[in-house]
Amino acid sequence: MDNKTPAISMRNITKAFGSKVVANKNVSMDIERGEILALLGENGSGKTTLMNMLSGIYRQDSGQIFVDGTEVHITCPKDAYELGIGMIHQHFKLVDVLTATENVALGMQKKTTGPNREIAKAITEICDKYGFDIDPKMKVYNMTVSQKQTLEIVKTLYRGANILILDEPTAVLTPQETEKLFAVLRNMKADGKSIIIITHKLNEVLAISDRVSILRKGEYIGTVQTSEATVQSLTEMMVGQKVELDIERPDIENKELRLSIENLTCLDRYGVKALDDVSFDVYGGEILGIAGISGSGQKQLLEAIAGLQKAESGSSIKYYAPGEKKESQLVGKNVSEIKRMGVALSFVPEDRLGMGLVGAMGMADNMMLRSYQKGGVIFTDRKTPRNLATKIKDDLEVVTPNISTPVRKLSGGNVQKVLVGREIASDPTVLMAAYAVRGLDINTSYTIYHLLNEQKKKGTAVIYVGEDLDVLIALCDRIAILCGGKLNGVVDGRTATKEEVGLLMTNIEAGRKEAEA
Amino acid sequence: MIAAFIHRAVMQGIPLLFGATGEIITEKSGNLNLGIPGVMYVGGISGVIGAFLYENSLPDKSQANGFLAIMIPLLACLLGSFLMGLLYSFLTTTLRANQNVTGLAITTFGVGLGNFFGGSLIKIVGADVPSISLSTTSRFFSATLPFAKDLGWFGEIFLSYGFLAYLAVIIAIIASLYLKRTRSGLNLRAVGENPATADAAGISVTKYKYTATCVGSMIAGLGGLYYVMDYVSGVWSNDGFGDRGWLAIALVIFTVWKPNFAIIGSILFGGLYIVHNYLNQFFPFIPVDMSTQELIKMAPYVVTVLVLIFNSMRNKRESQPPEALGLPYFREDR
Amino acid sequence: MSTKVKETGREPLFHIVRRTDLPFWKSWLIRIAAVVASLLICAVIIVLVTGDNPIQIYATMIKGAVGSPRRIWALLQGVAMLLCVALAVTPAFKMRFWNIGAEGQVLMGGMGAAACMILFGKTLPAPVVLLLVIVVSILAGALWGVIPAFFKAFWNTNETLFTLMMNYIAIQIVSYFTYIWSSNKGNNVINTINADTHVGWLELPASIDKYGYLLNIIIVAVLTVAMYFYLKYSKQGYEISVVGESENTAKYAGINVKKVIIRTMLISGALCGIAGMLLVSGTDHTITPNTAAGRGFTAIMVSWLAKFNPLFMVLTSLLLVFMEKGALEISTVFGLNDSFAAIITGIIIFFIIGSEFFINYSIKKRQKEVEAK
Repeated sequence: MDNKTPAISMRNITKAFGSKVVANKNVSMDIERGEILALLGENGSGKTTLMNMLSGIYRQDSGQIFVDGTEVHITCPKDAYELGIGMIHQHFKLVDVLTATENVALGMQKKTTGPNREIAKAITEICDKYGFDIDPKMKVYNMTVSQKQTLEIVKTLYRGANILILDEPTAVLTPQETEKLFAVLRNMKADGKSIIIITHKLNEVLAISDRVSILRKGEYIGTVQTSEATVQSLTEMMVGQKVELDIERPDIENKELRLSIENLTCLDRYGVKALDDVSFDVYGGEILGIAGISGSGQKQLLEAIAGLQKAESGSSIKYYAPGEKKESQLVGKNVSEIKRMGVALSFVPEDRLGMGLVGAMGMADNMMLRSYQKGGVIFTDRKTPRNLATKIKDDLEVVTPNISTPVRKLSGGNVQKVLVGREIASDPTVLMAAYAVRGLDINTSYTIYHLLNEQKKKGTAVIYVGEDLDVLIALCDRIAILCGGKLNGVVDGRTATKEEVGLLMTNIEAGRKEAEA
Repeated sequence: MIAAFIHRAVMQGIPLLFGATGEIITEKSGNLNLGIPGVMYVGGISGVIGAFLYENSLPDKSQANGFLAIMIPLLACLLGSFLMGLLYSFLTTTLRANQNVTGLAITTFGVGLGNFFGGSLIKIVGADVPSISLSTTSRFFSATLPFAKDLGWFGEIFLSYGFLAYLAVIIAIIASLYLKRTRSGLNLRAVGENPATADAAGISVTKYKYTATCVGSMIAGLGGLYYVMDYVSGVWSNDGFGDRGWLAIALVIFTVWKPNFAIIGSILFGGLYIVHNYLNQFFPFIPVDMSTQELIKMAPYVVTVLVLIFNSMRNKRESQPPEALGLPYFREDR
Repeated sequence: MSTKVKETGREPLFHIVRRTDLPFWKSWLIRIAAVVASLLICAVIIVLVTGDNPIQIYATMIKGAVGSPRRIWALLQGVAMLLCVALAVTPAFKMRFWNIGAEGQVLMGGMGAAACMILFGKTLPAPVVLLLVIVVSILAGALWGVIPAFFKAFWNTNETLFTLMMNYIAIQIVSYFTYIWSSNKGNNVINTINADTHVGWLELPASIDKYGYLLNIIIVAVLTVAMYFYLKYSKQGYEISVVGESENTAKYAGINVKKVIIRTMLISGALCGIAGMLLVSGTDHTITPNTAAGRGFTAIMVSWLAKFNPLFMVLTSLLLVFMEKGALEISTVFGLNDSFAAIITGIIIFFIIGSEFFINYSIKKRQKEVEAK
């Protein structure tokens, strides 16, 4: 076996879910030994699915996988481990009630590992070597998110993986932690290990990888040397066409104050401050963008306004109904209380099928989610929602056999049209949308932008949480940037640059300096 | 008298201990096998059938060979309960059927099977009473150490049981050590807590679920065997086993999924089951009649409910049911 | 670097894929096929046990179930009682609240009815007693259902285990009172309550209702239709569906999840209470710890097999009761014992729950891969 043989070769891999969704189509690519390969693609481009086939979570429908030049059949994760392939998933594969040591020991033969105290010693050694900090006796449910990720990496290293796959590892890390992770990855590369890092962040790709492979809509587009790549060239490969965002941005006069958020502080479910003393105003007739790396408090912000997230004392969210001077306090109210106060609030949550819609119900029944209280005393009005469903199906061109087909069976774009359509139908005065175009094709995305703009023209206050800076800058009137739960600045969408916003997203100091200047 | 009480309490507790240990092993794999009462019934009747066939094959009952008299019913019992566990595993793990529905169906089926074969044997024998007596084989099951009687209260409390009783305690201790100390036990716990994680760690979830459920069923089945062959001295009567299967499930909750606690817990439950017979002797001043007995028999269930409530309120992670208990696992679900 | 290459497992022949697009009629075809298959297996077993011609045996079964007017009425009564409990557990199940405590809730309902009949039978006027019977039995069943719901809602206490335990507490309570109220001290049997006066009996005049089952059947028929509309068209029914599918979505829609859990179990328990009342006040006119007779558990299967649709539940409960009555007849005719029915029922249920797999998943044969040139 010569050194030219790739560590892993994939040939003509195809994987479909159900009969409609093709996640990977005829993908062929190689991973060399001792390199860091970035697997780049937009959300929903099939990166994770492809890697899951290497780690034995999924099984390809057709195609071949070669490890060191030999064809292998990876039928389960154990096969992957034995081939030296280790994957660190985005959702940690850890058992909460077990300790760090026990989690590392899972699935390992005692013959090869020795008793648990040997493992604990090995963990400490790995930690010392790379500068991690893990208490081997600590229970996972007591760990922070970054500690859990560290444990995952330690676990894979302990198992002596030669090929390490990391699925968006930096999404939950602070910039410092990211730097530390990259340092570890470079050390491992020097050891001759192959590393695949799944990401959609271009700056990380350029910072860490040797080569970049790009997937688009489940298909393999190509591989380039990182040294020869630029942000522009990668983006083109990723998106498929030059990013010329032609999003309309109508100018609206007479913006009126709709929401006034003051000193908003919220805790996440671990009791850590997810939002820290955030204050800003939202106006009717504008689209306010919320930018930030994922997990910076966007979820808590929207849910606090919607009445789904408890706010700490001292927080205040004041609502001003259109044309009235009267203010009403939203903090301390739940969803139905806010509704009864007459606040027409619409919310397109990030988790479409897990929160915004009921997957097992059809379009018509999903319309009722907002309106089922209407109708008689006992029985709910079913006719209006049915008409609404038909109207949305026609207006937004939702592709579905009929309005009683479970929405779970629709494609992501159609699901989002159903959700946005319903939320807009109630004539909101405040419309919140989280990652409204995630996983959608270009056409549907533009439909959504258009719908948001229509709302803006009607005088609705639109809050748009996004991840694509190009879109945020092209669509929004103002952009509020969250960084680690703090508001790190509000910029004008018409004058802001990507660099400016990107800096505010990752660097709390930059925001401070700007505020002083 | 106290010694006699403890002796009876242990006798009552042993079937529960078998059942609870078996169910703990099963539940640790994430399978909530509500079929355990049926499995224990089948364990009992399989043993009875084995014993019956053996006794009838003997030309003269006095020629009974101790080894065969024990091994045949024992193996029959293990086989019967194993098949029930296999059926449950096949339906819930391979065919991913709902565990509650499957478990309840197993119980209906198992109790029916037990009573059907029990009834048929009774008919074959043509006895006057609706029961079948297998005293020859039973003698070997309930044989105690010969010198136990000479040791007074010590002998009565600790040495006066058939070998299955000691086996129950040994199995419970082994199960406890297995779960706590071995790698395989660790893997099993991971399967019940978070099968996706276990799967990703290279543990075969299906294999563990099948093995744990089948082994658990076999252990539980021994509870049925002990009940027939030792506790009631080889006399099978239909529905005689009563609600002990459910009591075993209660014991699992009561002992927060710990087989070693189940040893003490089973004796406690056993004691509560029979304490009414002794109340008059212990406290002559309290009037106790048959009705009070029924209220006292409620105690294990009430205590279990209180433990369940207490643990959920305290919300300590270690004393919760296995997190994936009752849920099917399909790797490609997304 | 080692050149050892690990050969990992061989290519499996089959793999399993979740179905998303099975047409409605096909899924029912699979279920019917499962029932037919189970009947065939049962036939084989029956032939093995009795050594008789299977067609004749099924004829015996049919005769046993519907062979005479009395038997038809008894069959309908059996269906009605099982259906009533199945209706009761359905809203809870639809909410993914595993109420396996129907047995206890039915018993407590029956207990309430019996208590009113015994305690007030001699002192209060008959209509008042009947009213008390109805109110108390519904309240007793509802109470038994709402206790686990309360703890589930506020502390997430495991409801499967909780409701299971509540069954046996109820059984012991009833056992206690059968001693207290036993007709002859010590034999712990309560003879027919108010046999002379019929106070607290839920009945129609014998001229209309010869076998005394008609009123029960009518009540359950009404409840079935009501439950169908409640689940399908009412606001509360909608809330139940949403909570069952996703608690997160329910909260998003402003549904008070705790309230829905408690309210639904109140209804579930109350319906069980009605079933208990129909059994005690409407049928048996006495109570034993075995009054529910395992219906609380069988009802779960009825409801599950019918996919929680009250109208389909009529069919599934009919199937189970029919098979039970038929198997009982076989056991009588061929001198087997009663438990034969439980075995037959078990086999049918195994087949139907097994068939769900083929509705939800499809097994794909792996295609032979084309050799790459």
